[in-house]
Amino acid sequence: MTQLLHVDNISVAFDGFKAINGLSFDIARAELRAIIGPNGAGKTTFMDIVTGKTRPDSGDVRWGDKGVSLLRRTEAQIVQLGIGRKFQKPTVFESQSVHDNLLMALANNRNPFSVLSYKSSQNDIDRIEALVGQINLQDQLAALAGELSHGQKQWLEIGMLLAQDPQLLLVDEPAAGMTAPERAVTVNLLKELAQTRAVVVVEHDMEFIRQLECRITVLHEGAVLAEGQIDFVMQNQDVIDVYLGR
Amino acid sequence: MENTLITKYLLKHPSVLIFLGVLALFTLSVVILAEGFGMGLISTSFVKTLGKTLCLCIIAIAMDLVWGFCGILSLGHFAFFALGGYMIGMWLMFARTKLIVLDAAQNLPLPLTPTEISEAVGTQIFGVVGGAEIPAIWAFADLFWVQLALVVLVPGLLALVFGWLAFRSRVNGVYLSILTQAMTLALALYLFQNDSGLRGNNGLSGLQNIPGFDAVPQALISIWFFIASAAALGFIYLAAYAVVSSKLGNIIRGIRDNEARVRFLGYNVESYKLFVFVLTAIIAAVAGALYYPQAGIINPAELAPIASIYLAVWVAIGGRGRLYGAVIGAAFVSLLSSYFTGGQAPDIPFGFATLRWTEWWLVLLGLSFVAVTLYAPKGIGGLIDHLNRKGSA
Repeated sequence: MTQLLHVDNISVAFDGFKAINGLSFDIARAELRAIIGPNGAGKTTFMDIVTGKTRPDSGDVRWGDKGVSLLRRTEAQIVQLGIGRKFQKPTVFESQSVHDNLLMALANNRNPFSVLSYKSSQNDIDRIEALVGQINLQDQLAALAGELSHGQKQWLEIGMLLAQDPQLLLVDEPAAGMTAPERAVTVNLLKELAQTRAVVVVEHDMEFIRQLECRITVLHEGAVLAEGQIDFVMQNQDVIDVYLGR
Repeated sequence: MENTLITKYLLKHPSVLIFLGVLALFTLSVVILAEGFGMGLISTSFVKTLGKTLCLCIIAIAMDLVWGFCGILSLGHFAFFALGGYMIGMWLMFARTKLIVLDAAQNLPLPLTPTEISEAVGTQIFGVVGGAEIPAIWAFADLFWVQLALVVLVPGLLALVFGWLAFRSRVNGVYLSILTQAMTLALALYLFQNDSGLRGNNGLSGLQNIPGFDAVPQALISIWFFIASAAALGFIYLAAYAVVSSKLGNIIRGIRDNEARVRFLGYNVESYKLFVFVLTAIIAAVAGALYYPQAGIINPAELAPIASIYLAVWVAIGGRGRLYGAVIGAAFVSLLSSYFTGGQAPDIPFGFATLRWTEWWLVLLGLSFVAVTLYAPKGIGGLIDHLNRKGSA
């Protein structure tokens, strides 16, 4: 199993508070991984570090076969390496159509001048067709993103990540605010995506994580508390003490 | 081929067609009614006011691009406008003074040497600030094409350096607005100094006289500038429309609505902001270069921070994020402003007090800005959209 992302002993403190404290773990090329932990365990900070929003005080994050460090790169460069991020709140461009949202996300040249002279190609049209099929928005292609339901916006955002064709998807609380049928669709979507790429899901909802049927990493106070399949994790005494017991 | 492409484009985008049609009709009627060629029903000074208003519409388009579409509330775009005016003003003033000097020297027994010409021109232009030397920044003032290039290059370069520093440090929102105010204020204070090389608070004057066209009456020159301003407005509107309806338009609206999402789609947000900032600075400079020959005079007061704030007010009242809204706002508010502050508007007596427009206009403008912001954030353009939807429903 080759490693895609290697997080090596990172630490970061904000005003003395250690948000991440010697965190290390690996993500494989095609795997679905859930990250859970109580509030303040460092889940979002971990995502910020991987995507270049926050710089760690120490440690390293390495990417791909060549093990390039992500720490000296900008957010945009990291995205172009192949890491997509979904925010906790669905963030789509509400005043623009589903089509335009996806068009912006397609993995084309990101230079302002080539974007200015961009002309829609058959290849891009086909890509968008395929994407809306994958995220169940075939009938909303021309609708404004702001008119979609909460769950549909989450799917659109996942679709925008897919449009970039990333090797690693970081997904922050995808099930928040979703109805039960929407959740079921989302679980299947994430599982399907993890066949061909790595998907890391940060989630509070234990029932949702159970449905994902994947390896789980439990964070606590900025470090890994336990890691394994759901039954192993649920029976771990440390996990029960800090998280599940309450 | 070229023609059919443009026709097809216009038919696909009726709002552009309507805009250009109204602009052409307006231009034609002013030309017919003015003194220059036509009936003389509109005075030359009013033609100049209308021509200047068209230039203000152009800078309003720039403001709408940078603020309404890209979400950068720049309160410094009048600095670029005035710099464009200064650059063309240098040529106008220098070339005309030189012609006058040469003309006066015709009766002398010996022709003037180049040094004597340069001294005479220097005394004429800079005597007022106690100098006779021609400053280094006037090196190209005699060369029309170079000075014309500087109209674009100087404001463009200033915007590039300022924008690069500001956006690279991720200065956003109100902090960026304050920084742009500081930029225009600093530039104005610098230009107020007599040794700035641009005649301090005297500014550049006599710009309405075009070198080599002394025999042409102002009635005609004003019409030519009016037509040139209208043509520039039409062209820039078309270009701005093409930008906002391209994929780049999607991205800059995305930056306005959710900068972080654009960043995490892999776009370098800073370079997009810089692109829009420099582009709009250049549009503003072109507008300024057309404005000041019609105004006749430019001085550092034109760069006062308040001017750029008015610009934001025009665009807000006209309707942000709609190019025609910006044009309507600039035309409507600036014409009303010059009417009410010009002293022509009759005062309204209320018995216990008299409403003097010259004093109360700014208060009313301020109140209407607040009212638009609170109750009609889409401005006049939003009203047009509303009527449009009603009409088609």
